[in-house]
Amino acid sequence: MRAWFASTACVLATWQLATVLAITAGPRGQAPAAAPVDFVRDIQPILEKHCYKCHGSTRARARLRLNSAESILRGGASGPAVTPGKGEDSLVVRRLLGADFEDQMPLDADPLPPAAIALVRAWIDQGARFGAAATAAPAAADQDHWAYVKPKHPEPPTVPAGRLVRNAIDRFVIARLEQEKLTPSSEASKHTLLRRLTLDLTGLPPAVEDLDAFLEDTSPDAYEKVVDRLLASPHFGERWARPWLDLARYADTNGYEKDNRRAIWKYRDWVVSALNKDMPFDRFTIEQIAGDMLPNATVDQKIASGFHRNAMTNEEGGVDPDESMYEVLVDRVNTTATVWLGSTLACAQCHNHKYDPFSQKDYFRLVAFFANPDFDSQAFGDGTRFFEPRLDLASAEQEVARKQIQSEIDTLEEKLKKETPALRQAQSRWELRTAAMDRTWVPLQPERVDATNGVVLTALPDRSVLASGPNPSLTSYTITVRTALQGMTAVRLEALPDPSLPKDGPGRDAYGHFRITGLDIDTSPLQPIGKRPSAVTFTTIKADDFANAFTAADLLDAGNTARARYSTPWAINAMRDTKRVPRQAVIVAKAPFGYLGGTELTLRIHQLDGTIGQGVGRFRLSVTTASDPLVGAEVPARFRALLKVPAADRPKRQAEDLAAYFRSSTPLLASTRDALTAARKKLVDLQIPSTLVMKERSTFERPSYELRERGSFTQKGARMFAGTPAALHPMRDDQPVNRLGLARWLVDPGNPLVARVTVNRLWEQLFGRGLVETSEDFGSQGTPPSHPELLDWLATEFMANGWSQKNIIRTIVTSATYRQSAAVTPVLLERDPYNRLLARGARFRLDAEAVRDVSLAVSGLLSTKMLGPSVFPAQPPGIWNMPYNSDKWTTSDGEDRYRRSLYTFWRRTSPYPSFMTFDATSREYCTVRRVRTNTPLQALTLLNDPVSFEAARALAKRMTAGTSSTPAAVAKLGIRIVLSREATPQEIDRLVGYFEEERRHFAAQPAAAAEVSAIRDGAPDLAAWTMVANVLLNLDETVTRQ
Amino acid sequence: MSTASDSGHRPTDRELRSITRRHFLEQAYFGIGGVALASLVDERLLAQAQTRHFAPKAKRVIYLFMAGAPSQIDLFDPKPMLTKHDGQDVPQDIIKGERFAFIKGTPKLLGSPFQFQRHGQSGAEISELLPNLAKVADDITIIRSMQTTQFNHAPAQIFMNTGHQVIGRPSLGAWLSYGLGSESTDLPAFVVLLSGENNPDGGKSCWGSGFLPTVHQGVEFRSSGEPVLFASNPDGVSADARQRSIVAINDINRLHHLDVGDPEIQTRISAYELAYRMQSSVPELTDLSREPASIHELYGTEPGKASFANNCLLARRLVERGVRFVQLYHRGWDTHGASFGEDIVEKLPRLCRQTDRAVYGLLTDLKQRGLLADTLVVWGGEFGRTPMNEARNGSKFLGRDHHPRAFTMWLAGGGTTPGITIGRTDDLGYNVVEDPIDVHDLHATMLRLLGIDHEKLTYRFQGRDFRLTDVHGKIVSKLIA
Repeated sequence: MRAWFASTACVLATWQLATVLAITAGPRGQAPAAAPVDFVRDIQPILEKHCYKCHGSTRARARLRLNSAESILRGGASGPAVTPGKGEDSLVVRRLLGADFEDQMPLDADPLPPAAIALVRAWIDQGARFGAAATAAPAAADQDHWAYVKPKHPEPPTVPAGRLVRNAIDRFVIARLEQEKLTPSSEASKHTLLRRLTLDLTGLPPAVEDLDAFLEDTSPDAYEKVVDRLLASPHFGERWARPWLDLARYADTNGYEKDNRRAIWKYRDWVVSALNKDMPFDRFTIEQIAGDMLPNATVDQKIASGFHRNAMTNEEGGVDPDESMYEVLVDRVNTTATVWLGSTLACAQCHNHKYDPFSQKDYFRLVAFFANPDFDSQAFGDGTRFFEPRLDLASAEQEVARKQIQSEIDTLEEKLKKETPALRQAQSRWELRTAAMDRTWVPLQPERVDATNGVVLTALPDRSVLASGPNPSLTSYTITVRTALQGMTAVRLEALPDPSLPKDGPGRDAYGHFRITGLDIDTSPLQPIGKRPSAVTFTTIKADDFANAFTAADLLDAGNTARARYSTPWAINAMRDTKRVPRQAVIVAKAPFGYLGGTELTLRIHQLDGTIGQGVGRFRLSVTTASDPLVGAEVPARFRALLKVPAADRPKRQAEDLAAYFRSSTPLLASTRDALTAARKKLVDLQIPSTLVMKERSTFERPSYELRERGSFTQKGARMFAGTPAALHPMRDDQPVNRLGLARWLVDPGNPLVARVTVNRLWEQLFGRGLVETSEDFGSQGTPPSHPELLDWLATEFMANGWSQKNIIRTIVTSATYRQSAAVTPVLLERDPYNRLLARGARFRLDAEAVRDVSLAVSGLLSTKMLGPSVFPAQPPGIWNMPYNSDKWTTSDGEDRYRRSLYTFWRRTSPYPSFMTFDATSREYCTVRRVRTNTPLQALTLLNDPVSFEAARALAKRMTAGTSSTPAAVAKLGIRIVLSREATPQEIDRLVGYFEEERRHFAAQPAAAAEVSAIRDGAPDLAAWTMVANVLLNLDETVTRQ
Repeated sequence: MSTASDSGHRPTDRELRSITRRHFLEQAYFGIGGVALASLVDERLLAQAQTRHFAPKAKRVIYLFMAGAPSQIDLFDPKPMLTKHDGQDVPQDIIKGERFAFIKGTPKLLGSPFQFQRHGQSGAEISELLPNLAKVADDITIIRSMQTTQFNHAPAQIFMNTGHQVIGRPSLGAWLSYGLGSESTDLPAFVVLLSGENNPDGGKSCWGSGFLPTVHQGVEFRSSGEPVLFASNPDGVSADARQRSIVAINDINRLHHLDVGDPEIQTRISAYELAYRMQSSVPELTDLSREPASIHELYGTEPGKASFANNCLLARRLVERGVRFVQLYHRGWDTHGASFGEDIVEKLPRLCRQTDRAVYGLLTDLKQRGLLADTLVVWGGEFGRTPMNEARNGSKFLGRDHHPRAFTMWLAGGGTTPGITIGRTDDLGYNVVEDPIDVHDLHATMLRLLGIDHEKLTYRFQGRDFRLTDVHGKIVSKLIA
């Protein structure tokens, strides 16, 4: 049988070969068809479709890969796959044809159509050119990319004698410089080194005493002693938490448009403490990805799992909770890949990664690791809110206090709910009193009615007035009534339902609503006798119904007439009731009125700010002489209607509602209500901390998630089970296939990426730029490392030394490379503008947080209090003007105003403004590299931000605190405090000159001097020094580490 | 580059890269959003395209973003059939498989309670709620066939502004700042003005710079307090005193530059000079009280008050001074009818009143100054509203849910075809049946009007060349005069 197959194949092959030759060869067997074949356009799709499965990035049968130019030319076990120019002889063509008695490719699948094979042949005949685009094409996605190959520990190169080598780093750097015929720069001065090191390791400038001590220490290891002191400083953790919190997208709010607060600062505390303890990076990783899943997880380990609870959560009304959760899962995967794999997986959410060996299936396998969270969704306002677990961190004392207060609250609530015989009696009395008051109102017969813009007003027999005819957007009614009554105390305006009105009224818009934007009441005697009396003054207005903020209160101002501002007319919400009921407003006079001989009242009702017709539809005017006309005035309309029904006839439900209303308003229970409010406040005041943590639902199944076609939530595809990307190191068999297993996989020594990515980020912090500049992307589209061997050396050292971050930082900062001067010559600048070759020290602007911290530190304002909830330093008013959140920024008291910037409350939709000006990110997503800009808005911030200017005042006081100092000595001290170095004579001259100029200015402007120094009768000297301090805090060098 | 804006020649990216740093600094054209202020240490900032692929018809944009989504059915797209069948169930086949933000079950059709008339020579149909806009009907181009993919506010606004529904891409204004730079020497290229009521919203990400350098992000001019944060000097510090301090700062920075040679110091020196210029120009710019009474009458402005009208007038003053992209957000158009005061009967007219006269004033004023010809004005929200009554939880207030399938926007000036209405929706206004235009198409067309090929304005990030229009976008030729 086998022989038969073989011979058939042979025959077929021969036939196919003939066909191919016929198609591709021109007349007289010349070179193949002229139409040029393009690799990317024509060939790559064929390879991708038919060959990659076995010869692609994930598998290399017979050691052959066909997914990059290099690997195609190199070939596999049987030799080169193509011989450029010789299509017919090339292995790939012969295998596709099944020639040479070998298996025809593709194995176990239909042979390729002859035309496709012809194309491949023609391409090889034409020289097998890949074209420039081929490198950027999917075929280039390859496990052979340097970053996916496990780093080996390279031997540091030897360098010529005479070069300063402090450790292996220098050997790699110098070797590269030798190639470029460059030499390293000399070591920076001790002043510069101390400031550089202190800023780099603690994010703060050195204290003057530290500078003195370092200058005095002439021992050979003085520098290393400083390094060790700073690595042990508690500020180390605060400084290095900053970039980590950017990666973790740590913020104090949920993000999206509601952007409500969340409590997760305990996670930030954890990061600071873990860094200070130098927790090994593998453990640091596992606790953050899956601390909650560790056996017998400690509270700290659970807090650490908050890393992925930092994802934003959308609480907008109308959001599908499952879709929201999907966005969260996607963010968790993208963040994990960026932080631990230096890989941009995000594009694989929608399609296979174009450049790197990650498929969409890989992506959703990773999603599946996170797809089993313990979450719950609940209706919340107009929308849905989903909850993942929160860890309650109440202390034992707080727990006791909480229980006690809660039982107090329960008791009080119960009391307010409970009806007692005493309350029932009180309610009866209240009802009688209200009804009695109601009977005192005397409706008045309209004498004249008139309306603008065509509205027709008609007086009805019950003394009410009905509007009909046109319904204009703007109108004013004028009603005149007369009465012989004297001693009147109030006027009542009733708005009444009527079957002729939309929905029975009482207003005229489609809902039966009205709007009143102004109300005038004029009174005059019918029979003027003697001196004309002054007009009546009305002081109070109360209404029984209003919609939202549309209370009647604004209708009345100090006088007897009132005109509402546009935004606050009186409007009602009649839609609350099943049946329309009358509304009323009671307007109380300052003193009883009513003239001997009769009074004429003219009432004008205005709707002068409308867009649609919303006049009152039917209304009635009454007066009373009762001494307490407000009794019952504010009882909601529906209850007032109910009061008219005999108690025995009231429906049970409505009667209960009425009783509840009574209890909520009766003075008898006022103390209980107050006590409840107080108790609830006590509960809040306990300030029981909590933090967001991860938690899995218990399951025996392997976590899974449905792939989403094109990344779209609604387009469900095949179910994917948790698994790691095929192109990377495998997960160990002894690990569970869940989030904990994933965490361990990330820091598996077999992971080619994690150590490189991590040390590169540390390097980036210390040199302003990583050895791989695209520190967020180690894939084929990222930039290749400037010093690949150095990167691998650092990565392997890192792992070999127990993943100690402090250790690797120490190695870097003690190198001669790090200790070089940052001064640059024009020639070197031209040669290596971005200092990739490291022939000089790095010089770059401080991060936003450090800019503020340096100001606070040198001015002596900085609080060194560590950890705890976020704080609210001063910020300009109006920054938190959020569309859907009324949360207010309340500036912290005392030292919390001056805490390190790390602890500043971070609202995603409105971060601290000066941080944003200095290129901080919103923390909405994981950010590896902040950009560094240099803008006038930054200048304005440092010059004028009250926080900066306050620092200038404090610095001026510090500079001038010494006794009988000359201006030159003060200026010198200023430079020493701010820049940790000695001032040059020119600098002192310039500062003293500036000081003298400003002193003259302020001597002539004492008011300005007082304002600038913030001291009444402020001396011109202090004001002038404040300006000098402002100058010092604005220097380029101040905000730069060099 | 200092002559770039005068001569019309803008250096290509390659030219920019090839010039030396020193030359670059000397020649740099400083705008707040200008690239020269970007740190030279960071190469990513040097990628500014400064691109003009075609002769531009529009030089600047005023974008009136009606956040919350105005109801097209009550303003621009009259549907007699809807009115006729008001209160009936929507046909099942239309909503089969549809997801709504709030509507549950089978909603009922809701005809517009407002009247429409034809206006101007063009006979454009505009609702009675916009009587002033109706007067300039012949100056605008109405698109009734807009479509989006998003039906929640935040993602839809982010999508409309950045071409992608998830936060993180640069906004339209940021792309223009990046692509065209600023024409002003003392103002940003991209300014944002806010007004209106509380509303669900995409927030500052709508005018963010995404992965572009932050110099390109929209600068919010605040309507109360200082217009530009920290532009006013501390109490007691006069303009002269501030100038003396900046001279001192820059003198000492120059001394230090002699020592260390870092060109970044020179950039900072220039930034401080520009900061000073900005401090003096912003107060003059934002002082509306000097405008004549006739202008206040035209816009309905009241100096000192925070309003959409004031922002419209400020927008004109900004574009007159060379600002490339002014975006006004007026929030509050979200008219669900779920509760009192946020329905189409009460709230929609209110929002129209807040904006109608000012929009008319702006268009009229731009026209009388000859600015409309090369200023592109865009009006619209993030999606449309359903032809059905939402009736959330049985609410009796009339309102419409979010509707991404069809909505109306209008454009004016800047080389658009005036006085036409593009696109058509079906008899119920549910789906587009003629000339569908999606968000990317709109973006592509806007860029085209500004002389930019949307496929060529790119920025490399995370190994990929990104565009405003991603991999989409068709030019709508009907829109272009």
